[in-house]
This record gives sequence, C-alpha cells and structure tokens, in this order.
Amino acid sequence: MKRIVIHEEYCIGCHLCEIHCLVQHSSSRDIIKAYRLERSHLMPRVLVEESGPISFALQCRQCEEPACIEACISGAMHRDERTGAVICDESKCVGCWMCIMVCPAGAIRQNLLGTRIASKCDLCYGADVPACVAHCPNEALTYEEVGEGR
Amino acid sequence: MSMRIVIIGNSATAVGAVESIRQYDQAAEVMIISEEPHMIYSRPLLSHYLAGEIERPRLAYRGADFYVKHHVAAVLEDRVTAIEPDAHRVHTASGAEYAYDKLLIATGGQPIVPPTPGQEAEGVFTMTRLLDAERLLTYLRTHTVRRAVVVGGGMIGMKVTDALVKRGLEVTMVELAPLILSAALDQTASQMLSGLLRQAGVEIHTGNSVSEIGARGGHVAEVALKDGRTLPCDTVIFGVGVRPNVELARQAGLRVNRGIVVDEYMRTSAVDVYAAGDVAEAYDLVVDMNRTVAIWPNAYRQGMIAGAHMVGVLRPDKGGVAMNTVEAMGVPAMSIGYGNAPEGEYEVVTELDAPRHVYRRLVVKENRLVGAILVGQIERAGIYTGLIRHRIDISEHRRNLLSGHLSLLSLPDQYRKHVVRGVGIEV
Amino acid sequence: MALSLATSQFIIERDETRCIACQVCVRQCANDVHYYDEENDRVLSNDASCVGCHRCVTLCPTRALTVRRNPLEFRPNANWAAETLRNIYKQAETGGMLLTGMGCDQPYRIYWDHIVLNASQVTNPSIDPLREPMELRTYLGAKPERLALCGGAQRNPVLETVLAPQLQLEVPVMFSAMSYGSISFNACASLARAAQAAGTYYNTGEGGLHPALYEYGANTIAQVASGRFGVHLGYLNTAAALEIKIGQGAKPGIGGHLPGEKVSLDISRTRMIPEGADAISPAPHHDIYSIEDLRQLIYALKEATHYTKPVSVKVAAVHNIAPIVSGIVRAGADIVAIDGLRGGTGAAPTVVRNNVGIPIELALAAVDQRLREEGIRHRASIVVAGSIRSSADVVKAIALGADAVYIATAALVAMGCHLCQNCYTGKCNWGIATQDPYLTKRLNPEIGSRRLVNLLRAWSLEIKEMMGGMGVNAIESLRGNRDHLRGVGLNQVELDTLGIRAAGQ
Ligand SMILES: Cc1cc2nc3c(=O)[nH]c(=O)nc-3n(C[C@H](O)[C@H](O)[C@H](O)COP(=O)(O)OP(=O)(O)OC[C@H]3O[C@@H](n4cnc5c(N)ncnc54)[C@H](O)[C@@H]3O)c2cc1C
Repeated sequence: MKRIVIHEEYCIGCHLCEIHCLVQHSSSRDIIKAYRLERSHLMPRVLVEESGPISFALQCRQCEEPACIEACISGAMHRDERTGAVICDESKCVGCWMCIMVCPAGAIRQNLLGTRIASKCDLCYGADVPACVAHCPNEALTYEEVGEGR
Repeated sequence: MSMRIVIIGNSATAVGAVESIRQYDQAAEVMIISEEPHMIYSRPLLSHYLAGEIERPRLAYRGADFYVKHHVAAVLEDRVTAIEPDAHRVHTASGAEYAYDKLLIATGGQPIVPPTPGQEAEGVFTMTRLLDAERLLTYLRTHTVRRAVVVGGGMIGMKVTDALVKRGLEVTMVELAPLILSAALDQTASQMLSGLLRQAGVEIHTGNSVSEIGARGGHVAEVALKDGRTLPCDTVIFGVGVRPNVELARQAGLRVNRGIVVDEYMRTSAVDVYAAGDVAEAYDLVVDMNRTVAIWPNAYRQGMIAGAHMVGVLRPDKGGVAMNTVEAMGVPAMSIGYGNAPEGEYEVVTELDAPRHVYRRLVVKENRLVGAILVGQIERAGIYTGLIRHRIDISEHRRNLLSGHLSLLSLPDQYRKHVVRGVGIEV
Repeated sequence: MALSLATSQFIIERDETRCIACQVCVRQCANDVHYYDEENDRVLSNDASCVGCHRCVTLCPTRALTVRRNPLEFRPNANWAAETLRNIYKQAETGGMLLTGMGCDQPYRIYWDHIVLNASQVTNPSIDPLREPMELRTYLGAKPERLALCGGAQRNPVLETVLAPQLQLEVPVMFSAMSYGSISFNACASLARAAQAAGTYYNTGEGGLHPALYEYGANTIAQVASGRFGVHLGYLNTAAALEIKIGQGAKPGIGGHLPGEKVSLDISRTRMIPEGADAISPAPHHDIYSIEDLRQLIYALKEATHYTKPVSVKVAAVHNIAPIVSGIVRAGADIVAIDGLRGGTGAAPTVVRNNVGIPIELALAAVDQRLREEGIRHRASIVVAGSIRSSADVVKAIALGADAVYIATAALVAMGCHLCQNCYTGKCNWGIATQDPYLTKRLNPEIGSRRLVNLLRAWSLEIKEMMGGMGVNAIESLRGNRDHLRGVGLNQVELDTLGIRAAGQ
C-alpha cells in the first residue's frame, strides 16, 4: 500500500501541509472559506515538528501492526478494507484517548472542537494523492509504495 | 480435514484472535462460544453508555457481519463447563460437546464483590457486563434514584462515578486505600482527580469501606461505612476490580497462578490450549515478569498472538505495558507503565501546574523511561509509551524529554528516524 | 541614532479579502518582512526590508500577496537618477563600499538582442528536426593540426594522430563556476546531478569539491583559483577537466572574499581552511605574472593528471581580450573560458560590477577572429559566459565562434533565483546563495536538478529547431558561421567588431 514518506532534510517548515490538510477536510474545500467560516471546528491532521533548523511534517505512519487499532475500545480505529489504510471512523469514536496513549509517533490528536474525537490522517480518503503531499512545495513529503503493506 | 479452533469468550481477545487467524488462514474452522447473549460489544464503552453519551448500537465493537465475514460459527448464551485437554474437547452448560484442535481460553474476568451483609438487596450492581449496565439503567428508569454509592476508587469505580455524575446523580465514592486510583497514580495525580470529582459534587471517602448495606422494602436505602457513618443512598455499585475467570482452567489441570500461566505465544501448560486477555498471566515488560493486566489493548494483542500461533505463524509477544486512561470532569488522565514508582529507587521528574490541572510525572530507571503519569495534557502521550515499549536509552536526550513539550525531535535520532520513516524503510 | 534616508524599494500589497493569516509568508521571509499581529489575528508587512525575491508571493496559498516597486519618485533629473541618490545616501550612512550580487544590471547594449538569425528558403531547404537527426554533440579540447591515418587499406584506416583529451558534451551548454560557499551544497548537488543527467559538465568554482559530490567527477570541471582552496591531487584527478581561474566578468581585476561566518565546518573541510576563517582569494595568482608563469601552472596541472584531462583558463572579457586569449592558447590551454561584463557573482563591489569589462559578444568575436588570423583557433576551444539567457543566445554565440557556452545566472534562475541581487547577504530565501541551514533545505536537489535538466532539454529542442531552419544539421557546421547572423540597429564599428553584416545586406 502507498504511504506518505517524510524527507526531513527538505522540509522547509512552511506549514502548507497543515493548511491544505485543513482545507481538504473542510466542507467547502475552499481555502478562504475554510479559514473564514469553518476554522473553529477544523484542525489539521498533519503536524509540523520544528526544532532549530530541523523540521518535518508528521502524520499517521500507517504502521504494519497499528497500536491504535489494538488499543481502540470503540472499534473506530480500523484498517480500511479497500485501501488498507488505518482510519478512525469518527462516528464510532468516543474520545477515550487510548489511541493517543499508544501511538508511538504521537500522530493522533484530540479534536475537542466539536464532539470529542481522535483526529488522525486518513490519507485524504478517496484522493489519489493526499493533500499534504500534493501541496508540499519542496517534495519533502512523497506518496510511495513502501513496505509489504496489505 | 481442516483444523477446528474453539474460542471461549466473545470479546477483545476473541476478536484479536479471529482477525489474526483470518489474516493468515481462510481454511480453519473457527467457533466462538460465549456465555453472554450479545454480539461483540465493547466492555469499556459501558461507562459511556451508562453516562448516556452513546446509544446502545454504538457499543458494537465490530460490525454485525463480523462472524459471517470471518467465517466464524458463534454459539452464544452457552457456558463452557469443562475442558478435557487430553480428549481435546469442551462441554457446555446446554449439554453440547465440541471437539477442538486448538483451544483459546478468553474468558476474561469476574467482578469482585467483597462479601457485604445486605448485598442481595435490590439496587446493588456490578459493572462489567452489558447485562449489568442494562439492569442498572432499568433500575434508574423505574425507581427514584438520586444518590449512588460507588464502592471502589479504581479505574472502574472512577468510570462509573464519572458516568453517574453525567447522569445527574449525587455520587459518593468509597475507597479502601488512602487514595483513589492508587494502583495507577501517585499522590499528586490522585489528589488532583479527587479534587476534580469533589468540584463536581462527588463525595469521596478514602481509607474506608462499606460494611453493610441497609434496605428498605427490599431496596437499597443506605450503607454503613467502616468508620461508623451511614450514608443514605438509592443504589450501590461495586467497582472494586476483576478476578480472572480461571476456574475452567484450574479444573482442567492447567497451570494457574492468579491468571492462567502462558508463554510468549500464549500457550498454556496443556497441549493445544492457549489463554489470552484478562484471564492470562502474560509477560509485562515494565515489571519484567508475567502478571495479569486487565486492559483492552493487551487482550486484543494477546488474542492476535495466540490466533497467529494456532495457524502456524510465530509472532512472539514482546510483552505488554500496563496503562489506562480515565477522565474526571473533562480532565483526562493517563497512567503508563510504572508511573507511580517510588522516588529514590527510581529517577522521578515531575511538573505541576495546579491551576490549569496539568501534571506530568516521568519515571526513569537506568536511562530508560519506565513509566509516566499525565493529567490534563495528554497530547502525544504515545511517544512516552513507545519509549517505554522499545526500552530506548534516553541518556543523551533526557533533558529535552523531561522538560518542556514533548516532540519526536526530542528523541534519540535513530529512534526518531525509525518512528518517522515507518515500516519498510531502512533506518 | 540619526535618521536613515533609505526608503523602501518595494511595497507589499496584501489583499485582505484573500489573506487567511496562515503565516506562510512570515515563516518564509529570511528578511523578516512579514510578521503576525496576534492581537488582531492579522499578518502585516514591513516593506523596508523587502528585497523583491517573491518567495512569499510564490508560496502564499491564497495568492494574496503582490510586490510592487515603490512608486515614490524624486524630482526628475536625467543626471541624478534615483538609484544614484540612494547609493549616496547608503554610503553616507555606512562609509563602506556598496556590495551587490548577480550580474551587471546597467543598460549597456545587449548585442544578442541586436543580432538576428537566418533561415533557409527555397534553395538549401530547411531541415525538420522531428524527422531527421540533429547533432548537438560537442567536443572541447585542443584539436590536432591535421589527422594522420595509417593502415593503407581504404576500408579500415587507423588514426595515427594522438588526440588531446576532450570533453564530450551532448548539448553545448555547461554550468559555470559557482563555488560551494557562494552557493549552498544543495545548489551544487543540483548542478552536479543535472550535468550528469544531461551529459554535460558543471564547474566547482574555487571552493573545492565536497566529498559527497565526488561521484559526479566525470561531469565535473575542477577550478584552481588564486586562493587554491580545496586543491589537492584527489580533487584534480576526480574531475573531468581543470580550470585555472584568472578572472571573472563581474569583477575583473579583483579577488574574492567569503566572510568567515559562511565558512561552516563542511565548507572549511572542503576548502581546507579553518572553520570560521575568512576565505580570501587574492586578486592575482601570486605565482602568475606572465604568460610563461601561466604556462607553468597549466603544465603543472597536466603533469599532475598525466595529461589525461583538458585544462581550461578562465578570464574576464576586458579591453585587450584578443591578445590575452592568444597568449593563453599559446601557453598551452586546451579551453579558454571568457566571462563577459554581465557575468554573475555571489558578491562584488557594485562599482566594479557595473563599470569594468566589456560585453561578451564583442569579446568573443574579437577573440575568434584573432585566433583564426593567427592560425591557432584549433588549438583551444572557446567557451563564453556572461549572461547567456536563452537558446537564441546560445545559437548566436556559437555562430559568432564559440564552441560552447557556460550558464550560471540562467541555471540559478531555473532553480528558483529571482535576481534580487542580495546573494552577498547570505539570506537567500530560495536556498541557493546561502549557508543558513534554515534556508539551504529549501532547495531540494531532486527538484533543482530536474528543473535544470528540463531547461537544457528545452533549449536543445529550440536549438535544433533554429538549426533546422538554417538548413544546418550539426552544431559543427554552425560554429563560427557568421554568415548566419545579421545586425539590427548597430553602427558600422560594432558590426565590424562582431564581424557580421547589417540586416538586409
Ligand atoms: C466498565 C469497564 C471499563 C473498562 N475500561 C477500559 C478502558 O478504558 N481501557 C482498557 O484498556 N480497558 C478497560 N476495561 C478492561 C477491558 O474491558 C478488558 O481488558 C477486556 O474486556 C478484556 O477482554 P477479554 O476478551 O480478555 O475478556 P472479557 O472482555 O472479560 O470477555 C470475556 C468473555 O468470555 C465469556 N465467558 C467467560 N466465561 C465463559 C464461559 N465459561 N463460557 C463461555 N463464555 C465465557 C464472556 O461472555 C465474555 O464474552 C474496562 C472494563 C470494564 C468492565
């Protein structure tokens, strides 16, 4: 299965990935409307980590043996049958934060803006290329077939 | 003829086993036998259900098509009464008898109810099964219930208390130990949570216990505490803890301590018999010994390991980490590994911001993180869990890690690259 | 502090209906032009520091930004132009030389734009490059007086002449010298990878060769300059050719100075100087004061590399360029690189850049003419540099007599340079002319090399198209073929110097 590969040496810390992630998961899918009208209940599912000149954009690593699926008590965290991606079914999530407690990358976050849900990358479900990858100006994120996958 | 796998139990462990069996093998016959009449549901969600946060359908941990999709024959509402390891057979209460090639005991645990005079009164409940929740909810609907006494200030007692408060009840918590959640938290965190509960109107009696339940007209009316006080109440809920359901195994002659003794593949002392989940005594990598740890992630993972081994795939258990999350009045708290290890023997770092209900306690031994307690700010807590689980030497990075905010950039480079680059790429 | 008389060169226009305060511009500007006002949740700009590099404009996800020249005008004065006044203000404040980067931006005549190409009509029909082979392959190096064949049998003659070492170019365009130090490692890596992929060469400049780039040795020209930075036997032998740098078009007659702040550990290792020490290239080579001295260095390099690599000598185009190049050829150079008035630089005194040297077009024509007259044109290849901007410039340069061209500015532009001319500040927002680790990572060599290869490919297609139009199917037949050129709007002296006729003649 395809995964997002992080090339930390080329991350320029612009945060465009976060911006476009947020837009992609808005209902208007329009950057200006998303920011003007929907900002209060949206949060990006990718997180730019920075320390000095080093930075990288982190989203769910799509583990072979996802600890979040093991730990999820509601069954919300699951592997999508079609794409093989690890996805959180937000209609099932109760916001118990077990997944946050076990994700070694710290790639799942609390979304408290609406109903409490665990917020994570869904590889822009249905898209050929996730928004963060498509909009990374320096190809510091690429979408590649790596690992055995399923 | 294809192999037949029998699983006793229908919860996290069983699901983990079935999903891993089917990942590798489509031919094996799989049968689930469960005492409970329900489809697969999530036990931890019971408190959310009790609180009224979710409707009953959302208790389903897997879809209604789970058995069909995974070709599982489910025998529900029947209780296994005996295992014959030599004959490779199990017997059930309904009189049925099933032969197996491989057997998984995933019977979980029983609520502990300390023998208390008056406990047979109406309005006394435990809270581990869906049936318990349904009974309590019915009781709440059909009776005037204003005041509840929750016996036990552990994880379950805490969750039940939180749920009942959300339902609008006046709750009193009675805990034998001097502190609530003392198994998981240290004093500071424990007191923070008690403080929050009190703010929400919960009365907490620690170092105390219920010595007698008093009834009026067959219904709970009050409890008498060890210290002599009596508390008027309309219901009593025992949330003291669970004991592994090991009787079947013991009778069958399997090696049993507190739980059923298993190896790294969840094999018991009997040939072709496995045990996993709350009932098993599996390896805990933090304390470096086998013990029972009744948490959902362990149950699912151990089920997976057992399932894989049954169909010939070796996924040895690297061990579990005890952990849990609770919440008091919207403030989340986590305990991971040996978070409440005593100072002195262990290197302990704490950070407290009391007004904002934020607390962090990290425990280090021999340059390795062995535990963490987080209150209020739980963001990215899994990074700690990862460090504990992989026994990462943090000597170079302890300063970054133990101070300020948590990020992957404060981890050792090699480990960070391993986490960041994920599967399939050389570090 | 006394009032500064400097005024903003640019003004930044932010379309508030589009700005979402995402702060990408804030994070991207190394000059700290943009800043976030938390109280009002708005991004504001301080125009005064803007250099006009367009980094923010290009990355703004809502296209909310545009940068304009500050319309502020002085009282019109044909003698005292605004630029002149600003320079005086600056110097009156700082007491220092004015520094600049990139090539001369003054309105000297650009002869390329006054030269037009021919095309075949009716007789000697044009060639369709899509249907017929077109040869752009070029060999650089000394060519023999004559070829001697032996073996007698007409069918299989054997070449008896020993040929001098040659560089083989699939396209007559190379990347000109830019040192590691003046540009970032990622920029160097982009050039190296692109040179390899496109079958051409890039030039290390005077900063030595980073160990990580040794693998591109077969496409590397290693420079030896007056500072001798990073020159050792391994360096010389790894490269495909060597180049002695005498002069540079942007700053003829003066040396170079890489300030110590830019001499990072990596650069210090590559240059073989202490970390943090200024890297000073003297104006002259202290061992070259005559053609004979130059000959000694040329042969020292040839000896060191066992006569297996062509040796180039690079000079700035100055008044007596023709006899100078003649001397260089006679000193044994296999290639002479001539860098014109508009050649680029990472840092130069503005006054030198804008006033010293001559345009490359005139220098090239004079050199080619002189070498032919002396009968030594074949002894060395001529490579010209100093603002080759397009495939048309390449074709015109070759028709004027060049064997190949060097591009530097065009290559940087391909990688993202916007010619803001602030290279010397080390704050290049495009990650090119900087060593700041926050900025260098902005140039991903994967992308940089891809863009460079694309540029060369595009130019190759255009060159073939133009050649086809002229009825020429090999770049060899175009070389020095000034009959294909005509001048437009040039006076007779200029036409004579260029050796071309006026259009219509
Ligand atoms: C209220 C509550 C809240 C919890 N919250 C959390 C939480 O937030 N996080 C967390 O990690 N864990 C939590 N837990 C613990 C978690 O639910 C258990 O670790 C998990 O359910 C263990 O799964 P299991 O499959 O091993 O056993 P169980 O879930 O106990 O299932 C045992 C199964 O065996 C069947 N069974 C037993 N005996 C027989 C028999 N003789 N014959 C046939 N069938 C039999 C039962 O019907 C049942 O289906 C909570 C538990 C409770 C009760």
